[in-house]
Amino acid sequence: MFSPRRRQLLQFAAATPLAAAFASVPRPARAAFPKPELPLKVGYVYVSPIGDAGWTYQHDLGRKAVEASFGDKVMIKVIESVSEGADAERVIREFASSGYGLVFATSFGYMNPLLRVAKQFPKGIFEHATGYRQAPNVGIYAARYYEARYLTGILAGRMSKSGVAGYVAAFPIPEVVMGINAFMLGMKSVNPQAQVKVIWVNAWFDPGKEREAAATLVAQGADVLTQHTDSTAVVQTAEDKGAYAIGYHSDMSKYGPKAHLSAATHHWEGYYRRVVQQVLDGSWAPDNVWGGIKDGMVGLAPLHPAVPAEVGALVATKKQDIIDGRLLPFQGPLFDQAGRQVIGAGAKLTDDELLKMNYYVEGVVGQMPK
Amino acid sequence: MSLSGWLPILAGVLAAATPLLIAALGELIAEKSGVLNLGVEGMMLVGALTAFAVASGGAGYAAGALAGALAGVGLAALFAWLTLNCLASQVACGLAITMLGSGLSAYAGRDYVSRTLDGMALIPLGGGFGFDPLIVTGLLLTVLVWYFLQRSRAGLVLRAVGESPATAHALGLPVRCIRWAAVLFGGACAGLAGAYLAIDYTPMWVEGLSAGRGWIALALVVFAGWRPGRTLLGAWLYGGVGILQFHAQALGIAVPAQFLGMLPYLATIVVLTLIARDPLTQRRHTPASLGQPWHPHA
Repeated sequence: MFSPRRRQLLQFAAATPLAAAFASVPRPARAAFPKPELPLKVGYVYVSPIGDAGWTYQHDLGRKAVEASFGDKVMIKVIESVSEGADAERVIREFASSGYGLVFATSFGYMNPLLRVAKQFPKGIFEHATGYRQAPNVGIYAARYYEARYLTGILAGRMSKSGVAGYVAAFPIPEVVMGINAFMLGMKSVNPQAQVKVIWVNAWFDPGKEREAAATLVAQGADVLTQHTDSTAVVQTAEDKGAYAIGYHSDMSKYGPKAHLSAATHHWEGYYRRVVQQVLDGSWAPDNVWGGIKDGMVGLAPLHPAVPAEVGALVATKKQDIIDGRLLPFQGPLFDQAGRQVIGAGAKLTDDELLKMNYYVEGVVGQMPK
Repeated sequence: MSLSGWLPILAGVLAAATPLLIAALGELIAEKSGVLNLGVEGMMLVGALTAFAVASGGAGYAAGALAGALAGVGLAALFAWLTLNCLASQVACGLAITMLGSGLSAYAGRDYVSRTLDGMALIPLGGGFGFDPLIVTGLLLTVLVWYFLQRSRAGLVLRAVGESPATAHALGLPVRCIRWAAVLFGGACAGLAGAYLAIDYTPMWVEGLSAGRGWIALALVVFAGWRPGRTLLGAWLYGGVGILQFHAQALGIAVPAQFLGMLPYLATIVVLTLIARDPLTQRRHTPASLGQPWHPHA
């Protein structure tokens, strides 16, 4: 099964003083990790099957990039479908005890098992995706998915005829809410009347429910659909119903050849290459990375040919603005769903505030489950 | 809301109820013969993959649906052999069948994850309306199962076997053969329900496609008190709650989605409690020998 827990980090983060972890963890003193013997053995732990699109698929693209760049300097092993409980600890320990000098654990729920193993193998290097706890030999990394969400919102705003977009969402945790709000703000920036209707399916992975939710949204007037769930069902439903779709995690265009306008995509290639290079050079130190479009960790899938050139140009300009720091998706003045001002003109949300986000911005239709 | 507003909701409810209905009717027959098969989820998954593989291979939807049902029969045959011939525990074997089915379909289905398939075409009725052949199959199946159980001699025999296999045996009825047939029918229905998910409803194949619907079908049989008509109502209720809460959400109506999602299960618990309080109803409809192994020479 596809496991939900990796994303619940933000929920936990929000509930603890550790929320600040992403933003400002004092960097632990540099622990020296000497140059490893070649080939460096690298282990990847995946939470679901690699499949053909989605969270794990994107991590595996990163793994392939490492293999292509470093050739026989590295020896990579992948273990997929590792559930986030006792299995994870067993798999990570197996890697560490059989000489794997670098282990990437790509799901939030691996955090505690990983830290336990890391403590027992202080010479091993561990990298944990989307967690918030570091150690002298554990680095953490995640991406600012919301930047790409904002751009897809612009696209939706310009392509929608009804001005209503539909959003199929899994669980109301800050990471998902951030995506909805960024999408809404992007859409609103080109169409002040725009609305985003949200349906929570209360599951990360249930193609049947995702499809029902998508069909409901179309029936209620949405003509662009997007999702924050794990299957491709929403894109396929949009294709069937003659609506537009915006994919998530991966380019999902082959699931909706007519519908798929673009997708907010994750990219780990650059990050994985950089970490492996550092480990090979003996220069690795635990870090805390929350990278965005600028860092190449989030992006947009190629636009559909039906998107007018002028819209494509607008999206490209805004993308450049985000890269250059001229545009922040969560820039003041910002109003919540009820019209109350969250921050004033000129102000911006801090990373800490982003990671605790638990409200809709103006224009989102629906009630957030509590 | 106007008619055009309600139609998509009704269509959605019918579609969401169909896999639950078909799988539950099959399980109902198996349970009426006294065999509790907890492997519905596994049989659904194997049926779903087989149907998707056949249909996306170009053999057509009818062939896909048939192949899905046959795949369910295959897994059900394994279950029947273990529990009826080897007298293994029905609960343990049912759980094993679910795990086997999930694992097997995930392993064998790796290459099908990326394939796409157009949904089944509706059979047109004219005037822009049409019906989905598998949804109609589910409704017809309800009538057939009701007629079989309540109005036919064969149904009476099946119920007798489920009530008291020893008595049925003493009357000269082939108890084990009847139970085999009932279990295989259950497998065919579960496979068909899976096929509906894979080639019609979603239409796609991914690991764990049924997402727990096999378990809901099992709950539905108990909820319905082993009666086909109530199974249909229950399936509509289960499907309807899901669809209505989506519509409510998209309209911005404040309904706690989790509460609505919980309702079907709550209803099952309430019904179970009520059944337990009324021994007469319980005796009239619950197969007395449900889950108990029986062997002619034991």
